[in-house]
Amino acid sequence: MAEGVLEIDRISKRYGTVRALHDMTFDVRAGELFGFVGSNGAGKTTTMRIALGVLAADAGEVRWSGRPVDLATRRRIGYMPEERGLYPKMKAREQLVYLAQLHGMSSADARRATDGWLDRLGLGARRDDEVQKLSLGNQQRVQLIAALVHEPAVLVLDEPFSGLDPVAVDLMSEVLREQAARGVPVLFSSHQLDLVERLCDRVGIVRSGQMVAAGGVTELRESGPVRLVVDGADTDWTAGLAGVRVVTADGGRTTVELGEDGDDQEVLAAALKAGPVREFARLRPSLTELFRNVVTEQGAS
Amino acid sequence: MTTSRVIGLVAGREFTTRLRSKSFVIGTLAILAVMAVYVVLFTVIGKGATAKIGLTGQATAMSQPLAAAAEHLGKTVQISTVDNEAAGVQQVRDGKLDLLVKGPLGAPTAVFKSTVDPALQNALEQLVRAQALQGVLAQAQLPPSALNAYQNAKVTLDQLEPPDPDQGPRIALSLITGVVLVISIITFGTAVAQGVVEEKSSRVVEILLATIRPWQLLAGKVLGIGVVGLIQVVIIAGVGLVLARTSGVVDVPAVALSTVLGALGWYVLGFFLYAALLGAAGSLVSRQEELQSAVTPVTLLPTVGFVVGLNLLLPNPTNTVSTVLSFIPLWTPTLMPARIALGVAPPWQVALAVALMIVSILVVTWLAGRIYRNAVLQTGGRVRLLDALRS
Repeated sequence: MAEGVLEIDRISKRYGTVRALHDMTFDVRAGELFGFVGSNGAGKTTTMRIALGVLAADAGEVRWSGRPVDLATRRRIGYMPEERGLYPKMKAREQLVYLAQLHGMSSADARRATDGWLDRLGLGARRDDEVQKLSLGNQQRVQLIAALVHEPAVLVLDEPFSGLDPVAVDLMSEVLREQAARGVPVLFSSHQLDLVERLCDRVGIVRSGQMVAAGGVTELRESGPVRLVVDGADTDWTAGLAGVRVVTADGGRTTVELGEDGDDQEVLAAALKAGPVREFARLRPSLTELFRNVVTEQGAS
Repeated sequence: MTTSRVIGLVAGREFTTRLRSKSFVIGTLAILAVMAVYVVLFTVIGKGATAKIGLTGQATAMSQPLAAAAEHLGKTVQISTVDNEAAGVQQVRDGKLDLLVKGPLGAPTAVFKSTVDPALQNALEQLVRAQALQGVLAQAQLPPSALNAYQNAKVTLDQLEPPDPDQGPRIALSLITGVVLVISIITFGTAVAQGVVEEKSSRVVEILLATIRPWQLLAGKVLGIGVVGLIQVVIIAGVGLVLARTSGVVDVPAVALSTVLGALGWYVLGFFLYAALLGAAGSLVSRQEELQSAVTPVTLLPTVGFVVGLNLLLPNPTNTVSTVLSFIPLWTPTLMPARIALGVAPPWQVALAVALMIVSILVVTWLAGRIYRNAVLQTGGRVRLLDALRS
C-alpha cells in the first residue's frame, strides 16, 4: 500500500451482546482530510479508539503505510479524544512539553515545538497558567496543541469542532488544512455537516457500526438519481417525456427526477417549448440531505 | 523510545509535581513540628523529675539524712529550709514545693498537694523508723553494733541473663518506626490511588494510553510517588535521630541507626505492595468522591495488623501470633521492623520475610496491572473487581 495511508481494514468490535462495529473499512490517504460522520452511537469513537490502540478490536487491522499500527507508530499519531482531557493542575507549557516527550521528542525539541504552538495560537502569555485556570476556549487550544505538538504523521481527531466559537472553528479549519498540506492523513469526526462538506476531500458516513457511503464530497452528492429544477411555464409540460418523474411542482417551479432513459436536454427543450425558462439547474443534495437519506434508507431496510 | 525512558518521564512528572505540591511541604513541616513539640515537652517534663522538698521547724535537722536516703533510692531531690510553716504550706499549694516536712523528728508530718511520690514517702518512713530504732537501742542500752546483723541481712541475686539496657529505647524505637511506616505507606499509597483517579476523571488517561502502555503509566506513577515518600521518610528519620541525640530524649543506642536504615528498606517494600493495590483500587472508580470507599478497605489493613501485632508483641515479644503476622507480606513492613528492634527476629526470619514480600510484590503488581488496564478507561460507573480481573 502507498506510503502514508491510514487503512482501517474490516474492524469488528462487540460490547457484550451489542455489535459496535462490523467490518468497518475505509482509508485516509496521505494529505487528505477525511470527514467521519454518523449518528451518535454509530461507531465513530470506537473506530478511532481502536486506531489509537486505546481499545482492542475483536477482528480486523489498522495499518499505516502498509504496516499494522503498533506502539511505535501510535507515538506518531496526534489524537484528540472525544472526552477532552488534560491534567487540570499542571501548567499549560509544562504539560505540553511532557506530552511531546512522551511522544518521543527530546526535551529541547519538545520545548521549542510547544513554545512555537503556544505563540501561534495566542497562548504565549498564558503558558505558565494552570490548565484549569484557562478559559474554555483556551483549554481547547491547549488540547489541540497536545495533538499537534509532536509533529504527528497521522491525525485522528474526535469531534474537534464541538463547542468551538466561530473564530476557533476557523482557526481549527486552517490548522487541519495546513496539516493535510504537510502530507498528513487527517481523520476527524463531526456532526457539523456543512463544515465537513466545506473542509473535507472525502467523507465517510457510518451507520450501526458499518461504513455505508464513502467518497469525495462531490462524488457523493452526484451519486443517486439526477434531479433537475426548472423555473418556467406553469403548465404540465413534462407529460410525454420518457424517463422523467415529477417530484414537486410549485407554480412555475418544477423539480423532476430523471430515470435510466431520461435526458436533461429533452427536459430543457420541452420546458422552453412551453414558455420562457428563467432557471434550469442540476439539483445536488447537500451533505445533510445525503446523510439523512443514507441513514433513513438503511434504517428502513 | 525505550521503556525506561517512558517510565522515567512519567515518574519525573509525578516526582516534580508532588514535591512542589503544598500538601507535601505542609505535611512534612507538620510532622517535623510535632516531633519538635514532643522533644520540647519531654525535656520540660524531664526537668520536673527533681523533687523539691521543704523542711521547717525541727524537721530541718533531717536535711542530710533525707538527702542520703533519697540518693540511695535514686531520686534527685532539692532540699530547702522554710522559715515559716504557713509560708511552706502556701508554697506546696502553689506547686513551688512538692513536699513540706514539719513537726518533731520522731513523728513528722509531710504536707503535699494531692499526690506524693511513693519513693519519697518510703524514704521518709525509713528515716523515721531508723530514728525510732536508734531510740529503742538507746533505751535497751545496747551498742549500735547490735544492729549489724540487721543491717547486713540481704538477698543474694543470681542473674541468669544479663539485662538488656536498651529494652526501653528499643520498644520506643519500634513503636515510632512502625507508626511512621504505617502513616507513610498509607499516605503515599493513597496518593497513587488519587493520581490514578485524577487521570481517569480528567480523561487525560486516554491521551496517555494512546502513547504508552498502561503498566508503564502505573509503574512510573508508583515509582515517582514512592521516591517522594522516601524523601519524606528520610527527612523524618534524619531529623528524628538528630533531635533524639541532641536532646537526650531517647538515649540513642547503636541499634537505633540500624533500625532507621532498615525502616527505609521496609518502607520501600511496603510502599510498592500497597501502592500497587491502591493504584488498582483507584482505577475501579471514576471520581475522587468515590475513591474513599474503594481505598479504605486496603488502607485499614496495615493499621489493623500493626495495632493487633504490636499489642501482642510488647508484653511478649516472642508470641506466636505476632511472629506469624510478621511473615504475612501485608504486615511484614510494619511488624518485622518492630520485632527486629525488640531483638526477637533472627536473620533467617528477616531474609524469609523479605523474600516473601518480593514475591508478593511481583504477584500483586501483575494483578494490579491487569485490573488497572481493564478498568482505567471505563468511565461512568464503578467497575466491578471481578469484571476488571476477568477480561
